[in-house]
Amino acid sequence: MSRLKARFDALKADNRAAFVTYIQAGDPNRDVSAAILAGLPSVGADIIELGMPFTDPAADGPAIDKAAQRALAAGASTKQTFEMVREFRRADEATPIVLMGYFNPVFHYGIDAFCKDAAVAGVDGLIIVDLPPEEDAELLAPAIANNIDVIRLATPTSDDDRLTTIVKDASGFVYYVAVAGVTGGKSATADDIGDAVARIKRHTDLPVAVGFGIKTPEQAADVAARADAAVVGSAIVSLIEQGLEKQLPNADMIENILNFTQTLANGVRSGR
Amino acid sequence: MALNSYTTGPDEKGHFGQYGGRYVSETLMPLVLQVEQEYRTAMKDETFLAELDELNRQYIGRPSPLYYAERLTDHLGGAKVYFKREELNHTGAHKINHAIGQVLLAKRMGKTRVIAETGAGQHGVATATVAARFGLKCTVFMGAVDIERQKPNVFRMKLLGAEVKPVTSGSATLKDAMNDALRDWVSNVHDTFYIIGTVAGPHPYPMMVRDFQSVIGRETKEQIVHMEGRLPDSLVACVGGGSNALGLFHPFLDDRDVEMYAVEASGHGVDTDKNAASIAGGSPGVLHGNRTYLLQTEDGQIEEAHSISAGLDYPGIGPEHVWLHEQGRVTYVSATDKEAMEAFQLCCRTEGIIPALESAHGLAHVMRMAPTLPKDHICVLNLSGRGDKDIFTVAKELGEEI
Repeated sequence: MSRLKARFDALKADNRAAFVTYIQAGDPNRDVSAAILAGLPSVGADIIELGMPFTDPAADGPAIDKAAQRALAAGASTKQTFEMVREFRRADEATPIVLMGYFNPVFHYGIDAFCKDAAVAGVDGLIIVDLPPEEDAELLAPAIANNIDVIRLATPTSDDDRLTTIVKDASGFVYYVAVAGVTGGKSATADDIGDAVARIKRHTDLPVAVGFGIKTPEQAADVAARADAAVVGSAIVSLIEQGLEKQLPNADMIENILNFTQTLANGVRSGR
Repeated sequence: MALNSYTTGPDEKGHFGQYGGRYVSETLMPLVLQVEQEYRTAMKDETFLAELDELNRQYIGRPSPLYYAERLTDHLGGAKVYFKREELNHTGAHKINHAIGQVLLAKRMGKTRVIAETGAGQHGVATATVAARFGLKCTVFMGAVDIERQKPNVFRMKLLGAEVKPVTSGSATLKDAMNDALRDWVSNVHDTFYIIGTVAGPHPYPMMVRDFQSVIGRETKEQIVHMEGRLPDSLVACVGGGSNALGLFHPFLDDRDVEMYAVEASGHGVDTDKNAASIAGGSPGVLHGNRTYLLQTEDGQIEEAHSISAGLDYPGIGPEHVWLHEQGRVTYVSATDKEAMEAFQLCCRTEGIIPALESAHGLAHVMRMAPTLPKDHICVLNLSGRGDKDIFTVAKELGEEI
């Protein structure tokens, strides 16, 4: 059984929503990023989304855009991301890792080789934000062959027809982008999120994760009450920028991030 | 094997061979599909086409003249050189052709706001112009670097009532402006139409912009037959994203005897890291909604382009160009900053026309080519824009203060 399915099944048995954290691989540099990654499960991350840095992240807001530029300036690469996952896996065999990013670095690496190397490193799923169902056939086959889930996105602009297309070849979970916008921007209301999750669930049995605009433990709790998972990214990533601005020592920055992540995890756990 | 026709693309999903397509976030997909549907309906609607035609004539000033550049021809001593005078259009460049078409579509879709990215500022000015003409709100995204080197156009846009948003992310040029425009669009899907400024982006944009620009080639065909009694032997146009080139070339693609040359900007040279020649120095990739050739690193990260001409300073090219390149139908060559500067000055002095630095890249290739050709060879250059906006850049290059 895939790590994602095992994790969602176990959480369901506990009547608990998953807490999904997002960080950008290699931000602000490989060592600090690896330390944060290694610490996330201990502060309540049930699933980790690891962002693959890209020069032109057109679906992301300023927080994640800057994270990508920082990571790339520090030498981040696809190979380095795989290495980070491999290192993480030595200590943690259970926490699912989903790589999230843009198609060009995957395409340029070679789609087959990418899926193969990702699987060997211990990657469980892929979210490629600029690869809609119309274009993802060439990724689906090699991903499936390597037991990697291709997670598809649903949004406030997805009507019922569109949802049918989206869930058709989806696996792992469905990621509901709660606001029409970029990451780290506006927040949706709890009611709107509840309605959307219910609508998506009429189309699929897959778990539904909700992300975009979740910044506080309270918002995380609201989402956890209504969805199978709550995703927080920009709010965590922003702490790296703040830490760098304040010139915090690495250890303090890592501690701040893990402490904040713990409060979000507590929020998710209090949601039901 | 030669194809029966080069004009049948794209397929229904927007692919030219393996290029093009719709690589956008899911939030934008329904909108992109809707734009395509509306576009297809509009192009069969007599009222829409009549309004477009009327605006082309009365507002843009079409048809633009096809002009025999006699002194330049004499100077080069070979092929007979014609200019397609797109620089005489309202707003001074070909960009207005697709801006008018797209704003009519935006209006038809009930949108109240338009956005655009711009490099040289020509597409931004064109968009601000049509937004003013139709009473729509307008925001133009422009790289901070470009704002600095294209000040006159920035002020023009402001006069026309547009908000110009400086883009500081990445290299602060055209590609980054396009990222920010996409970010704005995804955040304002309900009231906003994105007027893309070249034959790139997600389907249907490459097709739609090409179709609106094809008026250039259709007029040229009629005009040259009237003036010379036959089709030209060669067509030349500069190419960044490639809208003016495709506009001129497309109606001639199936005329097998017409040679076509698209001139990329090679900046300091194709073998340096300061160029904008995606065909010469790029490789296949996916950016800004389409699969095409890109300037990129070994890790698939997008590289900064360089050209003296802000309008060509883009690390990609429209997908149909890549397809035409791979089919061998169009020949892709390049011109350096230096060659473009020489062509710019020659055009000023022999023809009394100050060309855009973009168009000067096309002329640079004509200068190389024409002297080697017989006097009965007819060559048409798309003089896609006027150079008033570039005088500060040119003065700096020449070491003069103005």
